Amino acid sequence: MEDEASVVDQPGIRIQTAVRTDAVPEAERQAITIRNVQFYYGEKQVLFDIGMDIGENRVTALIGPSGCGKSTLLRCLNRMNDLIEGARIRGEVKVKDRDIYGAGVDVIEVRRRIGMVFQKSNPFPKSIYDNVVYGLRIAGQRDRRKLDEACEASLQRAALWDEAKDRLQESALSLSGGQQQRLCIARAIAVEPEILLMDEPSSALDPLAAVKIEELIYSLKERYTIVIVTHNLQQAARVSDKTAFFWLGRLVEYGATPQMFTNPREKLTEDYITGRFG
Amino acid sequence: MTFLCALSVVIALVPLAFILFFVLRQGLPALNWAFFTEMPKPVGETGGGMANAIVGTGILIGLAALIAVPIGITCGVYITEFNTTRLAPAVRFAADILNGVPSIVIGVFAYAIAVLPFRRFSALAGGVALGVMMIPIIVRTTEELLALVPSSLREGALALGATRGRAVATVILPAALPGIVTGVLVALARVAGETAPLLFTAFNNRFFSTALGQPIGSLTVQIFTYAISPYEDWHRQAWAGATVLIAAVLAFSLLARAVTRRLERMHRG
Repeated sequence: MEDEASVVDQPGIRIQTAVRTDAVPEAERQAITIRNVQFYYGEKQVLFDIGMDIGENRVTALIGPSGCGKSTLLRCLNRMNDLIEGARIRGEVKVKDRDIYGAGVDVIEVRRRIGMVFQKSNPFPKSIYDNVVYGLRIAGQRDRRKLDEACEASLQRAALWDEAKDRLQESALSLSGGQQQRLCIARAIAVEPEILLMDEPSSALDPLAAVKIEELIYSLKERYTIVIVTHNLQQAARVSDKTAFFWLGRLVEYGATPQMFTNPREKLTEDYITGRFG
Repeated sequence: MTFLCALSVVIALVPLAFILFFVLRQGLPALNWAFFTEMPKPVGETGGGMANAIVGTGILIGLAALIAVPIGITCGVYITEFNTTRLAPAVRFAADILNGVPSIVIGVFAYAIAVLPFRRFSALAGGVALGVMMIPIIVRTTEELLALVPSSLREGALALGATRGRAVATVILPAALPGIVTGVLVALARVAGETAPLLFTAFNNRFFSTALGQPIGSLTVQIFTYAISPYEDWHRQAWAGATVLIAAVLAFSLLARAVTRRLERMHRG
Protein backbone atom coordinates (compact mmCIF):
# COMPACT_ATOMS: atom_id res chain seq x y z
CA MET A 1 0.00 0.00 0.00
CA GLU A 2 1.51 3.24 -1.05
CA ASP A 3 0.03 6.63 -0.47
CA GLU A 4 1.61 9.12 -2.80
CA ALA A 5 1.33 12.29 -0.77
CA SER A 6 3.59 14.42 -2.90
CA VAL A 7 6.50 14.28 -5.22
CA VAL A 8 9.05 17.03 -4.87
CA ASP A 9 11.80 17.90 -7.27
CA GLN A 10 15.17 18.63 -5.80
CA PRO A 11 18.11 19.40 -8.03
CA GLY A 12 19.38 16.01 -9.09
CA ILE A 13 17.36 14.06 -6.58
CA ARG A 14 13.84 12.84 -6.76
CA ILE A 15 12.29 12.56 -3.35
CA GLN A 16 9.10 10.75 -2.80
CA THR A 17 7.14 11.65 0.25
CA ALA A 18 5.42 8.42 0.77
CA VAL A 19 3.92 6.29 3.46
CA ARG A 20 4.80 2.67 3.25
CA THR A 21 3.43 0.09 5.57
CA ASP A 22 4.89 -3.10 4.18
CA ALA A 23 6.01 -5.76 6.68
CA VAL A 24 3.53 -4.44 9.23
CA PRO A 25 0.28 -6.31 9.84
CA GLU A 26 -2.73 -4.65 8.26
CA ALA A 27 -4.69 -4.88 11.50
CA GLU A 28 -2.24 -2.69 13.39
CA ARG A 29 -3.93 0.11 15.28
CA GLN A 30 -2.69 3.60 14.71
CA ALA A 31 -2.01 5.84 17.70
CA ILE A 32 -1.15 8.93 15.69
CA THR A 33 -2.03 9.85 12.14
CA ILE A 34 -0.23 12.77 10.54
CA ARG A 35 -1.60 14.20 7.29
CA ASN A 36 -0.23 16.98 5.05
CA VAL A 37 1.62 18.71 7.84
CA GLN A 38 3.43 21.91 6.85
CA PHE A 39 5.32 23.75 9.54
CA TYR A 40 6.74 27.25 9.53
CA TYR A 41 8.99 29.29 11.79
CA GLY A 42 7.89 32.74 10.72
CA GLU A 43 8.36 32.81 6.94
CA LYS A 44 10.66 29.81 6.86
CA GLN A 45 9.03 26.50 6.10
CA VAL A 46 10.74 23.66 7.94
CA LEU A 47 8.35 20.74 7.38
CA PHE A 48 6.93 19.93 3.97
CA ASP A 49 3.83 17.87 3.54
CA ILE A 50 4.51 15.21 6.14
CA GLY A 51 2.17 12.25 6.24
CA MET A 52 2.68 9.16 8.36
CA ASP A 53 0.89 6.76 10.70
CA ILE A 54 2.39 5.78 14.02
CA GLY A 55 1.36 2.40 15.35
CA GLU A 56 0.08 1.77 18.83
CA ASN A 57 2.51 0.15 21.27
CA ARG A 58 5.29 0.45 18.74
CA VAL A 59 8.56 2.26 18.92
CA THR A 60 8.89 4.61 15.97
CA ALA A 61 12.27 6.21 15.35
CA LEU A 62 12.70 9.51 13.53
CA ILE A 63 16.17 9.82 12.01
CA GLY A 64 17.94 12.26 9.74
CA PRO A 65 20.71 14.85 9.76
CA SER A 66 20.58 17.88 12.07
CA GLY A 67 18.04 20.45 10.97
CA CYS A 68 15.99 17.96 8.97
CA GLY A 69 12.88 18.73 11.00
CA LYS A 70 12.56 15.52 12.99
CA SER A 71 12.57 17.26 16.38
CA THR A 72 10.14 19.86 15.07
CA LEU A 73 7.78 17.11 13.99
CA LEU A 74 8.10 15.44 17.39
CA ARG A 75 7.24 18.69 19.12
CA CYS A 76 4.20 19.08 16.87
CA LEU A 77 2.81 15.90 18.40
CA ASN A 78 2.26 17.41 21.86
CA ARG A 79 1.97 21.01 20.72
CA MET A 80 5.19 22.10 22.38
CA ASN A 81 5.80 24.26 19.32
CA ASP A 82 2.90 26.44 20.44
CA LEU A 83 5.37 28.06 22.83
CA ILE A 84 7.57 29.34 20.03
CA GLU A 85 6.60 32.74 18.78
CA GLY A 86 5.88 32.84 15.06
CA ALA A 87 5.54 29.08 14.74
CA ARG A 88 2.67 27.93 12.50
CA ILE A 89 1.36 24.55 11.50
CA ARG A 90 -0.99 23.49 8.72
CA GLY A 91 -2.37 20.02 8.20
CA GLU A 92 -3.76 17.46 10.56
CA VAL A 93 -2.36 15.57 13.52
CA LYS A 94 -4.78 13.07 14.99
CA VAL A 95 -4.12 11.24 18.22
CA LYS A 96 -6.55 8.36 18.67
CA ASP A 97 -8.80 9.90 16.01
CA ARG A 98 -8.93 13.32 17.67
CA ASP A 99 -7.37 16.26 15.90
CA ILE A 100 -5.08 17.81 18.51
CA TYR A 101 -5.06 21.09 16.59
CA GLY A 102 -8.83 21.15 16.30
CA ALA A 103 -11.01 23.93 17.67
CA GLY A 104 -11.79 23.66 21.36
CA VAL A 105 -8.94 21.26 22.07
CA ASP A 106 -7.42 21.75 25.52
CA VAL A 107 -3.63 21.96 25.06
CA ILE A 108 -3.07 21.07 28.72
CA GLU A 109 -5.11 17.90 28.22
CA VAL A 110 -3.13 17.04 25.07
CA ARG A 111 0.18 17.39 26.90
CA ARG A 112 -1.09 15.26 29.77
CA ARG A 113 -1.98 12.44 27.38
CA ILE A 114 1.30 12.71 25.50
CA GLY A 115 4.40 12.64 27.68
CA MET A 116 7.76 14.00 26.64
CA VAL A 117 11.35 13.28 27.55
CA PHE A 118 13.97 15.80 26.50
CA GLN A 119 17.51 15.52 25.22
CA LYS A 120 18.98 17.08 28.32
CA SER A 121 17.52 15.64 31.48
CA ASN A 122 15.57 18.38 33.24
CA PRO A 123 14.68 17.32 36.77
CA PHE A 124 13.11 20.10 38.80
CA PRO A 125 15.16 21.36 41.74
CA LYS A 126 12.93 19.41 44.12
CA SER A 127 13.07 16.04 45.82
CA ILE A 128 12.98 12.84 43.76
CA TYR A 129 9.48 12.15 45.09
CA ASP A 130 8.18 15.61 44.23
CA ASN A 131 9.59 15.27 40.72
CA VAL A 132 7.84 11.97 40.02
CA VAL A 133 4.43 13.07 41.32
CA TYR A 134 4.64 16.59 39.85
CA GLY A 135 2.29 15.83 36.96
CA LEU A 136 -0.24 14.15 39.23
CA ARG A 137 -0.17 17.01 41.72
CA ILE A 138 -0.82 19.66 39.08
CA ALA A 139 -3.64 17.48 37.79
CA GLY A 140 -5.20 17.84 41.24
CA GLN A 141 -4.27 14.55 42.91
CA ARG A 142 -3.90 15.20 46.66
CA ASP A 143 -4.31 11.71 48.10
CA ARG A 144 -0.97 10.87 49.66
CA ARG A 145 -1.47 7.12 49.30
CA LYS A 146 -2.24 7.35 45.59
CA LEU A 147 0.79 9.58 45.08
CA ASP A 148 3.02 7.11 46.95
CA GLU A 149 1.74 4.24 44.84
CA ALA A 150 2.18 6.14 41.58
CA CYS A 151 5.69 7.18 42.63
CA GLU A 152 6.74 3.61 43.31
CA ALA A 153 5.11 2.19 40.19
CA SER A 154 6.64 4.84 37.91
CA LEU A 155 10.11 4.47 39.38
CA GLN A 156 9.81 0.68 39.05
CA ARG A 157 8.83 0.99 35.41
CA ALA A 158 11.65 3.45 34.80
CA ALA A 159 14.09 0.97 36.42
CA LEU A 160 15.09 3.52 39.05
CA TRP A 161 13.24 2.22 42.10
CA ASP A 162 16.07 0.15 43.56
CA GLU A 163 18.50 3.02 43.33
CA ALA A 164 16.11 5.69 44.56
CA LYS A 165 13.77 4.05 47.06
CA ASP A 166 15.88 4.94 50.11
CA ARG A 167 16.41 8.55 49.09
CA LEU A 168 13.06 9.71 47.76
CA GLN A 169 13.24 12.92 49.80
CA GLU A 170 16.71 13.83 48.56
CA SER A 171 17.15 16.39 45.82
CA ALA A 172 16.73 15.03 42.30
CA LEU A 173 19.88 16.91 41.36
CA SER A 174 21.93 14.57 43.55
CA LEU A 175 21.28 11.76 41.04
CA SER A 176 23.76 10.91 38.29
CA GLY A 177 23.08 12.00 34.69
CA GLY A 178 21.68 8.62 33.63
CA GLN A 179 19.55 8.39 36.77
CA GLN A 180 18.25 11.91 36.17
CA GLN A 181 17.13 10.94 32.69
CA ARG A 182 15.38 7.84 34.02
CA LEU A 183 13.76 10.06 36.64
CA CYS A 184 12.44 12.28 33.85
CA ILE A 185 11.03 9.18 32.17
CA ALA A 186 9.42 8.12 35.47
CA ARG A 187 7.99 11.63 35.82
CA ALA A 188 6.56 11.47 32.29
CA ILE A 189 4.92 8.05 32.75
CA ALA A 190 3.56 8.84 36.23
CA VAL A 191 0.65 10.71 34.64
CA GLU A 192 -0.21 7.57 32.61
CA PRO A 193 0.15 9.08 29.15
CA GLU A 194 -0.85 7.10 26.07
CA ILE A 195 2.13 8.22 24.06
CA LEU A 196 5.70 8.96 25.03
CA LEU A 197 7.78 11.32 22.91
CA MET A 198 11.54 11.16 23.34
CA ASP A 199 13.88 13.75 21.89
CA GLU A 200 17.34 12.18 21.75
CA PRO A 201 16.90 10.83 25.27
CA SER A 202 20.35 9.28 25.60
CA SER A 203 22.57 11.51 23.48
CA ALA A 204 23.89 13.39 26.52
CA LEU A 205 24.66 10.21 28.47
CA ASP A 206 27.64 7.90 28.68
CA PRO A 207 27.34 4.61 26.74
CA LEU A 208 26.40 2.49 29.76
CA ALA A 209 23.66 4.86 30.87
CA ALA A 210 22.49 5.01 27.25
CA VAL A 211 22.13 1.23 27.14
CA LYS A 212 19.96 1.38 30.25
CA ILE A 213 17.69 3.92 28.57
CA GLU A 214 17.44 1.68 25.50
CA GLU A 215 16.48 -1.32 27.61
CA LEU A 216 13.93 0.86 29.29
CA ILE A 217 12.43 1.95 25.97
CA TYR A 218 12.15 -1.67 24.98
CA SER A 219 10.27 -2.59 28.14
CA LEU A 220 8.02 0.49 28.00
CA LYS A 221 6.54 -0.24 24.59
CA GLU A 222 4.23 -2.84 26.09
CA ARG A 223 2.31 -0.02 27.72
CA TYR A 224 3.06 3.03 25.62
CA THR A 225 3.37 4.16 22.06
CA ILE A 226 6.85 5.61 21.78
CA VAL A 227 8.18 8.07 19.23
CA ILE A 228 11.90 8.67 19.52
CA VAL A 229 14.15 11.13 17.73
CA THR A 230 17.72 9.92 17.58
CA HIS A 231 21.01 10.74 15.93
CA ASN A 232 22.33 7.34 16.81
CA LEU A 233 21.49 4.99 13.95
CA GLN A 234 22.48 1.88 15.87
CA GLN A 235 20.09 2.96 18.56
CA ALA A 236 17.30 3.40 16.04
CA ALA A 237 18.04 -0.05 14.64
CA ARG A 238 18.07 -1.63 18.09
CA VAL A 239 15.00 -0.12 19.72
CA SER A 240 12.52 0.74 17.00
CA ASP A 241 9.91 -1.21 15.10
CA LYS A 242 9.58 1.38 12.37
CA THR A 243 11.92 4.08 11.19
CA ALA A 244 11.23 7.33 9.37
CA PHE A 245 14.05 9.09 7.55
CA PHE A 246 13.82 12.87 7.15
CA TRP A 247 15.85 15.11 4.91
CA LEU A 248 15.50 18.87 4.53
CA GLY A 249 12.08 18.92 6.13
CA ARG A 250 10.69 16.10 4.04
CA LEU A 251 9.84 12.53 4.92
CA VAL A 252 11.98 10.52 2.53
CA GLU A 253 11.23 6.99 3.58
CA TYR A 254 9.20 5.30 6.27
CA GLY A 255 9.09 1.59 6.87
CA ALA A 256 9.84 -1.37 9.08
CA THR A 257 13.21 -0.87 10.76
CA PRO A 258 14.93 -4.10 9.62
CA GLN A 259 14.00 -3.38 6.04
CA MET A 260 15.08 0.29 6.28
CA PHE A 261 18.49 -0.67 7.54
CA THR A 262 19.15 -3.62 5.24
CA ASN A 263 17.31 -2.78 2.07
CA PRO A 264 16.12 0.82 1.87
CA ARG A 265 14.07 1.80 -1.15
CA GLU A 266 15.54 5.25 -1.56
CA LYS A 267 19.09 5.98 -2.58
CA LEU A 268 19.15 8.93 -0.14
CA THR A 269 18.23 6.70 2.80
CA GLU A 270 20.94 4.24 1.89
CA ASP A 271 23.53 7.02 1.64
CA TYR A 272 22.57 8.36 5.03
CA ILE A 273 22.47 4.99 6.75
CA THR A 274 25.80 3.92 5.31
CA GLY A 275 27.33 7.17 6.48
CA ARG A 276 27.93 8.76 3.12
CA PHE A 277 26.55 12.05 4.46
CA GLY A 278 24.83 13.44 7.50
CA MET B 1 50.07 46.86 34.86
CA THR B 2 49.63 44.53 37.81
CA PHE B 3 50.83 47.34 40.02
CA LEU B 4 48.25 49.76 38.60
CA CYS B 5 45.48 47.25 39.15
CA ALA B 6 46.59 46.64 42.72
CA LEU B 7 46.77 50.40 43.30
CA SER B 8 43.20 50.85 42.03
CA VAL B 9 42.02 48.15 44.39
CA VAL B 10 43.71 49.94 47.31
CA ILE B 11 42.23 53.29 46.30
CA ALA B 12 38.79 51.72 46.03
CA LEU B 13 39.04 50.11 49.43
CA VAL B 14 40.54 53.08 51.29
CA PRO B 15 37.24 54.96 51.76
CA LEU B 16 35.60 51.83 53.14
CA ALA B 17 38.46 51.29 55.54
CA PHE B 18 38.39 54.93 56.68
CA ILE B 19 34.63 54.95 57.16
CA LEU B 20 34.75 51.78 59.21
CA PHE B 21 37.73 53.01 61.19
CA PHE B 22 36.27 56.39 62.11
CA VAL B 23 32.75 55.19 62.78
CA LEU B 24 33.95 52.38 64.98
CA ARG B 25 36.51 54.53 66.80
CA GLN B 26 33.93 57.19 67.62
CA GLY B 27 30.92 54.94 67.86
CA LEU B 28 32.02 51.92 69.84
CA PRO B 29 32.94 53.88 73.02
CA ALA B 30 29.56 55.60 72.87
CA LEU B 31 27.68 52.31 72.53
CA ASN B 32 26.22 50.69 75.57
CA TRP B 33 23.20 48.63 76.48
CA ALA B 34 21.19 51.75 77.29
CA PHE B 35 21.56 52.88 73.69
CA PHE B 36 19.35 49.98 72.60
CA THR B 37 16.86 50.06 75.45
CA GLU B 38 16.42 53.68 76.51
CA MET B 39 14.75 56.69 74.99
CA PRO B 40 16.55 59.89 74.05
CA LYS B 41 17.23 62.16 77.04
CA PRO B 42 16.51 65.86 76.93
CA VAL B 43 19.42 68.16 76.16
CA GLY B 44 21.70 68.53 79.14
CA GLU B 45 21.11 65.08 80.55
CA THR B 46 23.73 62.56 79.51
CA GLY B 47 22.99 58.98 78.59
CA GLY B 48 19.81 57.74 77.05
CA GLY B 49 19.48 55.78 73.84
CA MET B 50 17.76 55.40 70.50
CA ALA B 51 15.35 52.55 71.21
CA ASN B 52 12.57 54.45 69.44
CA ALA B 53 14.69 55.00 66.32
CA ILE B 54 15.89 51.39 66.15
CA VAL B 55 12.32 50.07 66.36
CA GLY B 56 11.23 52.81 63.93
CA THR B 57 13.77 51.77 61.31
CA GLY B 58 12.66 48.17 61.74
CA ILE B 59 9.01 49.11 61.20
CA LEU B 60 9.84 51.32 58.21
CA ILE B 61 11.82 48.71 56.30
CA GLY B 62 9.25 46.08 57.24
CA LEU B 63 6.52 48.24 55.67
CA ALA B 64 8.73 48.89 52.66
CA ALA B 65 9.25 45.16 52.17
CA LEU B 66 5.51 44.48 52.51
CA ILE B 67 4.85 46.97 49.74
CA ALA B 68 7.78 46.28 47.43
CA VAL B 69 8.28 42.50 47.57
CA PRO B 70 4.88 41.42 46.19
CA ILE B 71 4.78 44.21 43.61
CA GLY B 72 8.40 43.78 42.55
CA ILE B 73 8.31 40.01 42.20
CA THR B 74 4.95 39.95 40.40
CA CYS B 75 6.19 42.61 38.02
CA GLY B 76 9.44 40.71 37.37
CA VAL B 77 7.52 37.49 36.72
CA TYR B 78 5.10 39.23 34.40
CA ILE B 79 7.75 40.70 32.13
CA THR B 80 9.86 37.54 31.94
CA GLU B 81 7.17 34.89 31.72
CA PHE B 82 4.05 36.41 30.25
CA ASN B 83 4.76 39.49 28.21
CA THR B 84 8.31 39.05 27.09
CA THR B 85 8.46 40.87 23.80
CA ARG B 86 6.62 44.16 24.01
CA LEU B 87 6.43 45.16 27.63
CA ALA B 88 9.65 43.76 29.04
CA PRO B 89 12.13 46.25 27.54
CA ALA B 90 9.91 49.16 28.54
CA VAL B 91 9.52 47.97 32.12
CA ARG B 92 13.24 47.24 32.37
CA PHE B 93 13.99 50.76 31.21
CA ALA B 94 11.43 52.27 33.57
CA ALA B 95 12.87 50.30 36.48
CA ASP B 96 16.36 51.56 35.70
CA ILE B 97 15.13 55.14 35.59
CA LEU B 98 13.20 54.77 38.83
CA ASN B 99 16.34 53.29 40.36
CA GLY B 100 18.25 56.39 39.33
CA VAL B 101 15.71 58.91 40.65
CA PRO B 102 17.28 60.82 43.57
CA SER B 103 15.87 59.54 46.84
CA ILE B 104 14.80 63.05 47.89
CA VAL B 105 12.53 63.16 44.84
CA ILE B 106 11.01 59.85 45.82
CA GLY B 107 10.44 61.41 49.23
CA VAL B 108 8.57 64.28 47.57
CA PHE B 109 6.46 61.78 45.65
CA ALA B 110 5.60 59.87 48.83
CA TYR B 111 4.83 63.18 50.51
CA ALA B 112 2.36 63.97 47.75
CA ILE B 113 0.53 60.65 47.81
CA ALA B 114 0.80 59.54 51.43
CA VAL B 115 1.26 62.67 53.56
CA LEU B 116 -0.74 65.47 51.94
CA PRO B 117 -4.06 63.60 51.67
CA PHE B 118 -3.97 62.75 55.40
CA ARG B 119 -2.37 66.00 56.48
CA ARG B 120 -0.01 64.07 58.71
CA PHE B 121 3.50 62.62 58.61
CA SER B 122 3.32 58.89 59.22
CA ALA B 123 5.29 55.66 59.38
CA LEU B 124 3.11 54.48 56.51
CA ALA B 125 4.26 57.34 54.29
CA GLY B 126 7.89 56.52 55.16
CA GLY B 127 7.23 52.89 54.26
CA VAL B 128 5.75 53.96 50.91
CA ALA B 129 8.83 56.08 50.15
CA LEU B 130 11.27 53.27 50.96
CA GLY B 131 9.04 50.73 49.21
CA VAL B 132 9.05 52.78 46.00
CA MET B 133 12.85 52.78 46.19
CA MET B 134 12.96 49.01 46.61
CA ILE B 135 10.59 48.13 43.77
CA PRO B 136 12.98 48.68 40.84
CA ILE B 137 15.77 46.74 42.57
CA ILE B 138 13.46 43.78 43.17
CA VAL B 139 11.98 43.91 39.66
CA ARG B 140 15.44 43.80 38.13
CA THR B 141 16.72 41.04 40.40
CA THR B 142 13.63 38.90 39.83
CA GLU B 143 13.78 39.42 36.10
CA GLU B 144 17.49 38.66 35.83
CA LEU B 145 17.22 35.55 37.97
CA LEU B 146 14.15 34.17 36.21
CA ALA B 147 15.98 34.56 32.91
CA LEU B 148 18.75 32.38 34.35
CA VAL B 149 16.35 29.49 35.05
CA PRO B 150 17.00 27.02 32.22
CA SER B 151 14.17 26.94 29.69
CA SER B 152 14.33 23.14 29.87
CA LEU B 153 12.66 23.37 33.30
CA ARG B 154 9.91 25.53 31.84
CA GLU B 155 9.39 23.06 28.99
CA GLY B 156 9.49 20.12 31.37
CA ALA B 157 6.69 21.52 33.48
CA LEU B 158 4.57 22.49 30.46
CA ALA B 159 5.08 19.08 28.85
CA LEU B 160 3.59 17.52 31.98
CA GLY B 161 0.43 19.53 31.47
CA ALA B 162 1.16 22.54 33.66
CA THR B 163 -0.33 25.88 32.72
CA ARG B 164 2.13 28.75 32.39
CA GLY B 165 1.07 30.19 35.74
CA ARG B 166 1.39 26.82 37.42
CA ALA B 167 4.84 26.25 35.93
CA VAL B 168 5.97 29.63 37.25
CA ALA B 169 4.58 29.08 40.73
CA THR B 170 5.72 25.50 41.21
CA VAL B 171 8.97 25.22 39.28
CA ILE B 172 10.41 28.45 37.95
CA LEU B 173 10.02 30.78 40.95
CA PRO B 174 11.24 28.16 43.43
CA ALA B 175 14.29 27.55 41.23
CA ALA B 176 15.11 31.28 41.26
CA LEU B 177 14.20 31.79 44.92
CA PRO B 178 17.67 31.82 46.51
CA GLY B 179 18.75 34.67 44.27
CA ILE B 180 15.51 36.59 44.71
CA VAL B 181 15.79 36.36 48.50
CA THR B 182 19.30 37.75 48.27
CA GLY B 183 18.06 40.57 46.05
CA VAL B 184 15.34 41.46 48.55
CA LEU B 185 17.81 41.50 51.46
CA VAL B 186 20.25 43.65 49.51
CA ALA B 187 17.44 46.06 48.67
CA LEU B 188 16.44 46.17 52.34
CA ALA B 189 20.02 46.92 53.38
CA ARG B 190 20.12 49.68 50.81
CA VAL B 191 16.93 51.45 51.93
CA ALA B 192 17.68 50.95 55.64
CA GLY B 193 20.39 53.58 55.22
CA GLU B 194 18.20 56.15 53.46
CA THR B 195 17.57 59.48 55.15
CA ALA B 196 16.28 61.87 52.52
CA PRO B 197 13.01 60.11 51.65
CA LEU B 198 12.10 59.93 55.34
CA LEU B 199 12.61 63.61 56.16
CA PHE B 200 9.14 64.66 55.13
CA THR B 201 7.31 61.34 55.16
CA ALA B 202 8.03 59.48 58.39
CA PHE B 203 9.44 62.73 59.79
CA ASN B 204 10.85 61.93 63.22
CA ASN B 205 9.54 61.15 66.63
CA ARG B 206 11.38 61.62 69.90
CA PHE B 207 8.98 59.29 71.61
CA PHE B 208 8.49 55.58 71.32
CA SER B 209 5.80 54.85 68.74
CA THR B 210 4.67 51.87 66.75
CA ALA B 211 1.57 53.53 65.35
CA LEU B 212 1.59 53.38 61.56
CA GLY B 213 -0.48 56.56 61.26
CA GLN B 214 1.89 58.64 63.37
CA PRO B 215 5.32 60.12 62.69
CA ILE B 216 8.03 57.65 63.60
CA GLY B 217 11.70 57.92 64.46
CA SER B 218 14.41 56.24 62.41
CA LEU B 219 18.10 55.70 62.93
CA THR B 220 19.10 57.70 59.89
CA VAL B 221 16.98 60.77 60.61
CA GLN B 222 17.99 60.63 64.27
CA ILE B 223 21.67 60.49 63.31
CA PHE B 224 21.14 63.45 60.99
CA THR B 225 19.36 65.48 63.68
CA TYR B 226 21.96 64.69 66.32
CA ALA B 227 24.94 65.19 64.06
CA ILE B 228 23.96 68.74 63.11
CA SER B 229 23.11 69.66 66.71
CA PRO B 230 25.58 71.71 68.78
CA TYR B 231 25.67 69.28 71.68
CA GLU B 232 28.69 67.10 72.37
CA ASP B 233 26.60 64.33 73.90
CA TRP B 234 24.29 64.15 70.90
CA HIS B 235 27.31 63.88 68.62
CA ARG B 236 28.44 60.81 70.53
CA GLN B 237 24.94 59.34 70.21
CA ALA B 238 25.02 59.98 66.46
CA TRP B 239 28.29 58.06 66.16
CA ALA B 240 26.79 55.19 68.11
CA GLY B 241 23.75 55.26 65.84
CA ALA B 242 25.99 55.14 62.77
CA THR B 243 27.79 52.14 64.20
CA VAL B 244 24.53 50.31 64.78
CA LEU B 245 23.31 51.17 61.29
CA ILE B 246 26.49 49.91 59.62
CA ALA B 247 26.38 46.76 61.71
CA ALA B 248 22.75 46.20 60.69
CA VAL B 249 23.49 46.65 56.99
CA LEU B 250 26.45 44.30 57.29
CA ALA B 251 24.24 41.78 59.08
CA PHE B 252 21.73 41.95 56.23
CA SER B 253 24.44 41.23 53.69
CA LEU B 254 25.77 38.30 55.71
CA LEU B 255 22.23 37.01 56.19
CA ALA B 256 21.66 37.28 52.46
CA ARG B 257 24.71 35.15 51.77
CA ALA B 258 23.81 32.60 54.42
CA VAL B 259 20.24 32.27 53.13
CA THR B 260 21.42 31.91 49.56
CA ARG B 261 23.87 29.19 50.47
CA ARG B 262 21.30 27.38 52.55
CA LEU B 263 18.64 27.43 49.84
CA GLU B 264 21.10 26.43 47.18
CA ARG B 265 22.23 23.47 49.23
CA MET B 266 18.62 22.41 49.64
CA HIS B 267 18.24 22.43 45.88
CA ARG B 268 21.47 20.68 45.07
CA GLY B 269 20.93 18.00 47.69
